[in-house]
Amino acid sequence: MDTVIRLGLTLSQIGAVMVAVLLTVALLTLLERKVLGWMQDRMGPMEVGPYGVLQPVADGLKLFFKEDIIPAGANKFMFSMAPILSLVPALIGFAVIPFGPDWTVDVGGVDFKPFVITDINIGVLYILAFASIGAYGIILGGWSSNSKYSLLGGLRSAAQLISYELNVGLSIVGVLLLSSSLSLVTITNAQAGGFWNWYFFAWGSFPQAIAFVVFIISSVAETNRTPFDLPEAESELVAGFFTEYSGMRFAFFFLAEYGNMILVSCVATVLFFGGWHAPVEILQGPESLHWLTGMFWFTFKVYGFLFLFFWIRATLPRLRYDQLMRFGWKVLLPIALGNIVLTSIFAYIFP
Amino acid sequence: METFVFFYFASIIVVTAGFVVALKNPVYSALALLVMFFHVAGLFVTLHAEFLAIIQILVYAGAILVLYLFVVMLLNLKREEHFHGQFIVGLFLGCVLFAEAVLLVLKGETTLGGNLSASAAPLELTRGNTESIGELLYSTYLFPFEVASLILLVAMVGAVILTKKGILEAKS
Repeated sequence: MDTVIRLGLTLSQIGAVMVAVLLTVALLTLLERKVLGWMQDRMGPMEVGPYGVLQPVADGLKLFFKEDIIPAGANKFMFSMAPILSLVPALIGFAVIPFGPDWTVDVGGVDFKPFVITDINIGVLYILAFASIGAYGIILGGWSSNSKYSLLGGLRSAAQLISYELNVGLSIVGVLLLSSSLSLVTITNAQAGGFWNWYFFAWGSFPQAIAFVVFIISSVAETNRTPFDLPEAESELVAGFFTEYSGMRFAFFFLAEYGNMILVSCVATVLFFGGWHAPVEILQGPESLHWLTGMFWFTFKVYGFLFLFFWIRATLPRLRYDQLMRFGWKVLLPIALGNIVLTSIFAYIFP
Repeated sequence: METFVFFYFASIIVVTAGFVVALKNPVYSALALLVMFFHVAGLFVTLHAEFLAIIQILVYAGAILVLYLFVVMLLNLKREEHFHGQFIVGLFLGCVLFAEAVLLVLKGETTLGGNLSASAAPLELTRGNTESIGELLYSTYLFPFEVASLILLVAMVGAVILTKKGILEAKS
């Protein structure tokens, strides 16, 4: 009986998180165009519904009913596998993100944490591991399309992901040193009390602001967003690894990219900006309302980071390939390593 | 239940490991290897070694195999020859390893099996196993750990020198 209850609870939780993520993706497609439009002094999409708010629905319908084309000479099996291989790792990482307070509720004799699907003690590594698996979808998608643009996009992406994955991993080591835990729930709880306890500021210890900058730059590169969108550069590679994709398969790649963006924003929120904690204690409200204010602050911070992604896209031009590699290995990597050394010294002196 | 899970992981590992060498398309071989890595990670999870499981995926599947795929795609190998010259050497080594495994299984009934279950029992579950591994690495296994890191450093310096060789010679 316990197993059945636990299974039901976990499945409904996974369902709720997936629906929330996919709805956010739909919202983001509209928000991105609106924000880009406003920044460029345009209106953005205005035709479908009032102020264009129904644009995501129209886009979804279009993608769903589009003809599904497999190019001649493509490897059919790999061609259909690639979008799945890229979408699954993007969505699976949300399993360890704490969206709200660390409560444990008793449901029919089963301990149940309503605001995190599973609190495993290696949560951070889990997210890193599955983020690196996402590269397969892109590489195989590029390879199986039997097109030189796709292949070049896939190869660029593989090199870029491997280089910047390292910087993502190294930049969060400082946070792990300060919290002495790999569990995202424990890391969030360690940042309670006010914004000076967030690891971005880390009052009384070494602030992780530098690590945060490295993390954000590297995650922009890992999610293939401008200015690091070489794998899908329109002007050089048509659309990179998904040139040959259409219809739902294209939509999968699209969902994966936006899912990764949301995931990276969630990780940045949890590791550097206190997760669901409010900036000052008063804004958190009474204990019984923590679930509401917690969810609100979490969402607020995540959307702040997503806005940052759009802002960067509207501001910066694309890097050249050698600049990208040089920047990753010769600038970001030494900074991340230096941050680890300094944080260790500070954590040793002021434990 | 545990035996069932073990046999599921073990059989998939054996089958996909066979695919890695038997499949003709090198990209398919690499994918079979990917599936194998995931199932090895699954075995680690059943042993309560989550840290090792995730490192298995992060390092082997996430970094090394991606580089393999990279090379395979760049070389654009279409149909690899199935059996090379080293087939005989491989067959010989395979026979030796197989004989070793059979011997171990036969002897394990009395000595080895008993030891294994005894050493697996006092596993500390009070602390996270990340912490335990860290402590072991920096106390009991400090010397092997440092030797391994030294070897990696040498390999890194070697790679840098190999790539810089042409440039340095051209200058002088």
